[in-house]
Amino acid sequence: MNSEADEKTGIQPDEADLLYQRLNREAEATGYHLNPDQEFTLELVRSLLINQQRFGYPACPCRLASGKKDDDLDIVCPCDYRDQDLNDYSTCYCSLYVSDQVLKGQKIAGSIPERRPVRKEPKMQESQAGQNNLSSLPLPVWRCKVCGYLCARENPPGVCPICQAQQERFEKFI
Amino acid sequence: MSATKHVSGADKGKLLLFALSTCIWCKKTKKLLEALGVDYYYIDVDLVPHDERDEVVAELKSWNPQSSFPTLVINNQKTIIGFNEPQIRTELEK
Ligand code: SF4
Repeated sequence: MNSEADEKTGIQPDEADLLYQRLNREAEATGYHLNPDQEFTLELVRSLLINQQRFGYPACPCRLASGKKDDDLDIVCPCDYRDQDLNDYSTCYCSLYVSDQVLKGQKIAGSIPERRPVRKEPKMQESQAGQNNLSSLPLPVWRCKVCGYLCARENPPGVCPICQAQQERFEKFI
Repeated sequence: MSATKHVSGADKGKLLLFALSTCIWCKKTKKLLEALGVDYYYIDVDLVPHDERDEVVAELKSWNPQSSFPTLVINNQKTIIGFNEPQIRTELEK
């Protein structure tokens, strides 16, 4: 065992570096940016690893996860709220992701209001979703809840080709 | 509440911070309170055992219906939600 591993969490220092590098690569490849404050961002990445260890998925470090994946799906990083917050506040709730302006130093990323609904809205019934006059479409349309990507096919893709979110983050849109 | 931790410092009234051990803005809030040298209590709600958590969250909700973190409760009266450094300084430097 690496003697430098964090005593409490067992997370190796290079584990955080590797995840940081991967997230940074993926972000830059898809038009997103990690917070340029490296120390701050590495701290968040370590927290994502802690949550990955605790729950088996990287729940948002700044929100209280229930530990039940179905209930936490909207706050698995990147959460369903990141893009709206980037638009409105130039930062995601934790400031792991920031806008172009923050990257260029034209804006400062700070603590922003929480937009996750208090009680999750009841999910639209599948039957309702299909019952509009577009239901005659030859294929259903699936929407990635993380980035808004739409595709018409029998089933959502295994991984979103735009933001790499997993299949479970798709909803039937039409 | 058993999960409550205490940091001693100058008495600026009763300060109770609802936090998460992983939350970056909560960490910044704790650091600021420490830098200000004030006496405060905090609860890392993610570390509270599940059977006690509902009670803690209910208390948090009574202060901040959205139950977001960090939430700082001052003297059982006022709340500061999020890491709002100017507001925290204004409240505690007077
Ligand atoms: S995108 Fe930001 S706010 Fe959303 S889960 Fe990840 S770190 Fe948290």
